[in-house]
Parts: sequence; structure tokens; C-alpha cells
Amino acid sequence: MNELKPLLPEIMMIVLAVGIFIAGALFKRKDFFPLISIAGVVAIAFLLPEYKGIAFDGMFISDGYSIFFKLIFMLNIFFTGLISANYSVIKKENYGEYYCLLLLASIGMMLMASAGDLIVLYSGLELMSLSTYVLAGFLRNDIRSNEAALKYFLLGTFASAMLLYGITIIYGLAGTTNLNAISLYLVKAGIAANPVMTVAVVLIVVPFAFKIAAAPFHMWAPDVYEGAPTSVTAFMSVGPKAAAFAAFGRVFYEALKSAEMDWTPALIAIAIITMATGNILALSQKNIKRMLAYSSIAHAGYMLLGIISGTQEGLSALTTYLLIYTFMNMGAFTVIIFLEKTDMDKNIRRDTELEDLEGLSKNHSFLALSMLIFMFSLTGIPPTAGFIGKMNIFMAAVHAGYTWLVVIAVVFSIVSAYYYLRLVVNMFMKESKAKEAVIAPPVSIRLAVMISVLMVLIIGILPSLVIGI
Amino acid sequence: MEIIYPVLSIVTFMPLAGVLVIALLKSMNAVRIAALITTCITLLVSLPIFIIFDRSTHRFQFVESYQWIPSLNIHYKMGVDGISVLFILLTAILSILCVTVSWKAIQYKAKEFYSMILVMETAMIGIFSAMDLFLFYIFWEAMLIPMFLLIGIWGSSNRVYAAVKFVLFTLAGSVLMLVGIIALYFIGGNTSDIIELTMLRYPIEFQYWLFFAFFAAFAVKVPMFPVHTWLPDAHTEAPTAGSVILAGVLLKLGAYGFLRFSLPICPDATRELMFPMQILSVIAIIYGAFITLMQTDFKRLIAYSSVSHMGFVTLGLFSLNQTGVEGGLLQMINHGIVTGAVFMSIGIIYERTHTRRIEDYGGLAKAVPVFVVFYTIFSLAAIGLPGTNSFIGEFLILSGAFKSNYAITIPAILGIILGTAYMVWLYYRVVLKDLNPAIKEHLHDMDLREILTVIPLVLLILYIGIQPSVPLSYMHASVQHLLERLNVSGQEVAAIKNIVESIK
Repeated sequence: MNELKPLLPEIMMIVLAVGIFIAGALFKRKDFFPLISIAGVVAIAFLLPEYKGIAFDGMFISDGYSIFFKLIFMLNIFFTGLISANYSVIKKENYGEYYCLLLLASIGMMLMASAGDLIVLYSGLELMSLSTYVLAGFLRNDIRSNEAALKYFLLGTFASAMLLYGITIIYGLAGTTNLNAISLYLVKAGIAANPVMTVAVVLIVVPFAFKIAAAPFHMWAPDVYEGAPTSVTAFMSVGPKAAAFAAFGRVFYEALKSAEMDWTPALIAIAIITMATGNILALSQKNIKRMLAYSSIAHAGYMLLGIISGTQEGLSALTTYLLIYTFMNMGAFTVIIFLEKTDMDKNIRRDTELEDLEGLSKNHSFLALSMLIFMFSLTGIPPTAGFIGKMNIFMAAVHAGYTWLVVIAVVFSIVSAYYYLRLVVNMFMKESKAKEAVIAPPVSIRLAVMISVLMVLIIGILPSLVIGI
Repeated sequence: MEIIYPVLSIVTFMPLAGVLVIALLKSMNAVRIAALITTCITLLVSLPIFIIFDRSTHRFQFVESYQWIPSLNIHYKMGVDGISVLFILLTAILSILCVTVSWKAIQYKAKEFYSMILVMETAMIGIFSAMDLFLFYIFWEAMLIPMFLLIGIWGSSNRVYAAVKFVLFTLAGSVLMLVGIIALYFIGGNTSDIIELTMLRYPIEFQYWLFFAFFAAFAVKVPMFPVHTWLPDAHTEAPTAGSVILAGVLLKLGAYGFLRFSLPICPDATRELMFPMQILSVIAIIYGAFITLMQTDFKRLIAYSSVSHMGFVTLGLFSLNQTGVEGGLLQMINHGIVTGAVFMSIGIIYERTHTRRIEDYGGLAKAVPVFVVFYTIFSLAAIGLPGTNSFIGEFLILSGAFKSNYAITIPAILGIILGTAYMVWLYYRVVLKDLNPAIKEHLHDMDLREILTVIPLVLLILYIGIQPSVPLSYMHASVQHLLERLNVSGQEVAAIKNIVESIK
């Protein structure tokens, strides 16, 4: 039983997920599911720090690092629950599976963050991926949702297979899948620059890059983000990304630290291409979901700088950035989802376009103001949290000697200002053409926006209150 | 005399407190009055700073310091010295006038408008009193958001283009400065305290890099040639209050940044780059003046004249001697007052005629005599007539530049002649000539509110013009200290280099 103690949060999550699944089959009324998942997740989040420890001979590690990521996953479910509660698309389908799958995917993520062994890492990744494939295709009568799921599935399995290859090669070299043991072996054997090692590293980098949607492995992201139900898009834009980064940090900082020279150049190249692709392609998007997809690609590029720095400072800057990114991105998606004009009876699902934001400041001044703060935060302008996140990452990278890379990053962040500002321009500087009755946002939407705005501002002004920097 | 309460923080955040009050108000009238009261209180609470300020020392005064981000050793540290103190007064005065000048002009979303003006005021005073690099940067960037909205929401026809251009230009400069700040933070030994950082002497290559990083941000803000192209758009499209803030305070931030950071932190690089900087300034003076001459838009003309005038300011600063730097500093304040006043005049007349084309005007002398009296004073001040403040500023700048490099003063003086030309020609076309019948019926003279708005500026223009020693007395000690640091030969360099190496 003692062995299981660090695993208790995961076990509770499984109970919650299965419970909702069964309840979904038993009860007709299903509108209490979001409430249950949110309440459950909040409770588990408060219990999380209690369950530190190592289980199963180092296969499962629950430490400060993994707990921080798990909090991000909890937040992710919390926000997704809030925005799904009144999202007509999900409401109409309204199966218990939806919340069950959200929880299952998050359990996968938690396993990834806690993995002390490549096998645990892989099974966590698979659990997360399979659940998100299904979630992306959750609207089974919607062809775009189907397309998104299929695309994600085909490319995703390819990436998973690659990861398995990488793990196999490392196992062949080191004779173990335990991260710590691998690290010891690499130091002892001194085969850092060995070509076989390079191949293994590449085979591990690529699937992770795929999961965080880093270019040139980002092709799936815009299409899947666009096709999936928007609440799922919001979920996917934070959860799997954070989980992949958690695993990134574990594998590269713990196991492959001594092979740094193998992966750093590759990651630098990926980071530059990612920032360029994400920011430049976002410029021409009209569909806001697509724009946010490219923006999330670009942010993955900035976050990679944290890994590239190769220092503890870089890693903690990365985790901070992810937390901040969760708030600002979730906030932005909440506003987008509220504005989505969906008519499920006629089976029309129309995404929020740039022009739908016109005149928002007049009809929904609170939402518009919040969106403005999210956009400036995503650009990285103080006094918002986005600035603190960027500053941390850049400081770590400059400290590690990558000043030139930071210069590239800031140049791309200027590019990003253009497309984020365009939203602000449409909200505040144009008048809306449509003459529709103004519907006040439901409580769940307001709550989600309010919490994220507050957090973005608090972290932006008094960062030491929230994050330990 | 000591002051025991955190006066600078109170002054800085007073406008922000006003925003909270405004957020609760409903009627437009209440909002306007609340904004006016807030800005007046801000000026009142800032007055002790100027009265108690000790002019005999270069040290920072009214210093407040609190832990802010402990793990990074970043502090919330405020303080003023002779270089920054007068700008706080300028900001506080101009903000009041921005509220009164917009009284009738802003009917659309008045609540948001006055909130933005107040947020701007907080950011601007914060910039001038920040003594920590990161704090400075946060205020510096935070200013972008309200300015973007001021131009973009309440501007004229081409406002969105101008607003986006303004943000992109400014952001491009300031993010490069951020990289410089971060690099400086590590080289300076994990500190972002401006005083500590200005005590060290850095390797010359690093100074060059840093100088360019800061230059990117400050040159855009000043604006120096060739990154001035955002200015005419932003100034022209912004509402009157926005133009006043832009011309009055925002442009000064760039020049202030040079004085506060570039000169003391990169002294050797500054000395080496003095000549190119002077050349850029003179290009701005001449080129700006020629472009100004051919403008057909009233407001755009004044906007371009700022390029030329700010060229004088940077010329003064980069002459790197007491006379020139003090002249540059004084001229920054003068330009804020005079150009702010001219923009207000334009705003006042535009509210009546709704045209900015110069050819639509003419004969205002007959139609609106009171307006013309004020406009004449402001025009003469812009030209730099003796007795007005600009004369003192330009004179000091030119004599400073002459001491530093006499050849450069010759084209600079040409700029003064051109400046007279465009202002006088504009005066002829707008005030004299024949009255355009199309605008005649709309013209009515200034009312009491408008007169009260411009009178403080007239008084300031004459006061500084006649008693320049008072504002200059604030600057002496600080400027002298700055120049001492700048001109210390490399004797301590080796010793300090060792310290820096050991920290790294």
C-alpha cells in the first residue's frame, strides 16, 4: 500500500473517470458531469502536494517537478469543464464519455510527467493520445471533426511508433529503460557522440516535437485544432503540449543530459523553424481557431528555448511559461467559444472568424477587455503574465549563452504582435455589422474568463505571489 | 528636509486609483470631472517633490525600495534626480490639460478615454521615477497599450493603420532593449539596480552591443532619422489629447533613456559614437525641416516639425558637455510645452472646422482673434524667439554643439532658419490671407474652458524664457555628475574589469 501512495492522485482520477463513465450510462440527466469533474479535479489538485515519493523502483516519480505539471493538467480540465458546460456542440452530444475522456487523457499526461522509466512514459503518452484522438472526433456527425480525428490519429501513431524505435535503440545500448540508469550508463560508456546514439536521440526528439506541435512536425495542428470541437481544441492546446514538455524535461535533463551535444543543435534548429512558421503563418489566418493554432506553435518555439538552455533555470522558466500560457490561452479560447455561432439543429458549426469580433467592445465590454489583456499577454507586453513568462525564458537562455537565439525570438515576437493586435483592432476599433440581440455570457464562461484574467494580471504584476520566482 | 511617506509611488499610482473610481461612474459628466480631479490631485501631491528637491546633489532623492521578485534580485525601486524630476512636473501638468482639452471633443466612449489618459499618466510618471531596469521596462511597455487604444479608437480616419504602426515600431525597438537589459543584468552581477549598474565599467565590445540595443528602443521613441516614420502618422491620427501626450512626453522618453542608460552605462561607446550620433541629429534637423515645409496638412506639419526639433535635442545631448546636455534637457521640456500647445490649438480649431487642410484655412485673425493671440505666442515660441523658452534651449544646444564640434553647428543653424520659414509660412496661410467662406460660419472664438487650458502653457513658455535659471538649477548637479562619469579616462577600467570577470 505504501508503494501506491505517490500514485493516489492518479488512482483517484481513474475512479473519477470511470465513475462518470458509468454514471453516463445510468442517468438520463447529464448536466451535472462538468460540475462533478471540476469539483473532483479541484479536490485532487489540493491533495497533490501531499503525495510525493517514488514508486515501483523509480518507475514512477512524484516530485515538485511532476506536481507542478499535474497542477497545470488540473487547471486544464478545470477550464475545459467550465467552457464545455454551456458549449452547445458538446451539450447536444452530451455523453458521459466526454468528461471521462478528458480525465483519461489527463491521467496519461500525469503519467508522462511522473515517468521515471521510458515504458511508463510511453504508456502515458499512448493513453493521452488515444483519448485525444477520440475527443477530436467527438462530433461523429460532423465531417470536419471526423477528419480532424483521423488526421491526428494517423500522424500521431506514426510519431508514437518512432518513439518506440528510439526507446528500443536506447534499450539496446544501455540495457535498461530506467531514466536514471540510462544516464549512469551514458556517462560511464562515454558514447555521447556515437552515431547510434544520435539516431536514438532524433527518434525521441521527433515524436515529442510532434506532440508539442513544433515545426516541421506541426502540419497536423492547424487542421486538427480547426476541426475538433472548440472546447477540445482548448484542451489540446495546453494539455498534451505541457505533458510532452514535461517528458522532454525528464528525458533530456535526466537521462540524456550527457548527450547534450546530440540534441541541442537539433532543438535549436527546431525552435527557430517553429517560431518562424508559427508566427508567419498566423499572420494570414482569418479563422481565429486556426490563428490560435499557429500561435500555439509559435509559443512552443519560445518554450523550447527553456529546454535548449540546458540549465535548471531554463527548465523552471519553461514550467512557469507553461502555467502562464495555460491561463492566457484558456482565457482566449473561452471568449472564442462564447462567440461561436453554432446551430446544432441545422447541423451548422461555424467557427469564430476575425470579423465576428468587430464591435465586441460595445456588446460585451468585459469580454473584449479580457480578450485585450489575453492578446497583449500572448504578445508578451507587460504588465501581463505573458511578459513575465517570456522574460524568464529569455533570461535563462541569455544566461546559458544563447543571446543570439533570444534576439531571433524577440524579432518573431514583434511579428506576433501584428496578428494579436488585429483581434484588438477588430474588437475596439470597428463597429459590428450584424444586428443581433446581445446575449449575456453564461456564468461558467464569465467565471473562466474572470479567473484567467485575474491570474494573468496578478502573475504579471506580482509574479512572486503565484510562482516561485 | 526629509519626506517620510512614499511620495513617488503615490504620485505614480494616483491616476490609476482614479481609473478605479471612473470604472464605477455612469454619466459622462461625472467621468470627466473625476478625471479632472484625479489629474489635479496628482499634480498637487507631486508638488512637494519639486519644493523639497535638493538641487545641490546628483544623488537620487525620495528613494523607495521594496523587494519585488526576490529570486531574481529585482526591486521595486523609485527615485528621482535632477534629470528626471522636471519631467514628472511636465507630465502632471500636461495630463490635466489633456483632460480639459478633450472635454467636448470626446463624446464616444468617454469613460474608456479618460481611463486611458490616466493609465498613460501612471506609466509615464513611472518611467521617469523607475530606478530598476525591469521596472523601467515594464512601465515603458505598459504605455503601449493605452496609447494604442487612444490612437486606434478615438483617432481620425486612418487611425488603425497609425496605431498598429506605432505599436510595431515601438515594440521592435523595445524588445531589443529587453535583450540588452537581460544581458546587462548578468554582466553587471545579477542586479538591475540602475545605480549599481552605472558604477561599473564594462568591456568596450559589450558597451557597443548594449549601446545599439538601447539605441534601438530610444531612437525609435525620440524619433531619430531614419526610424521616425511612425511619428507623423501617429501624431496626425491621434485625438488632440493623444497628440499632446505623444509630443509632450512620449518623445522625451527616448532622449531621457539616452541620458539615463546609454550615456552612463556605455560611456566609452558613447564617446566613440558621438560623431555619428551628431550627424544623425543634424540629418533629422534638416531633413525634418524640409519635409515639414511641404506639408499640406496642418497637424501633419506640426508632427514633422517634431522630428526637426527632437534633432536639436539629441544634438545637444550628444555634444556631451554641460551646456549642450542641459540645453537638450531644457529643450525637451520646452518642446513638450510648445508642441503640446500647438497641438491643442490645432485641436481647438479642428473642433470647429473639421478640416486639417491648410488651404481650407485663412484669415483666422479676423474671425477668432483670441485664438490667434494664443496661436501667435505658440508659433513664436516654436520658432525660438528670444523671450520664449525655446530660444534658451536652442541657444544652449547650439553653443554646446559648437564647443564639441563647430562644423556640425553650421547645418544645425540652417535648421533654425528653415524652422522659422515653415512656421511663418504656416502662420501666413492660416491666420492671415483671406478668410475661407466655407469655414466662416463654423468659427466661434475660444470659450473660457479652452482659454484656461492654454493659459498655463503661455505662462510656462514665458517663465522659462525669462527665468531659465530656475529649471536649469535642478539639472546642474546631476548633469555634471553624468559628464564626469562619461569623461573619466580609462584609468579605473582595468580594475573594474577584474571585478566584472570575477562576478562572471
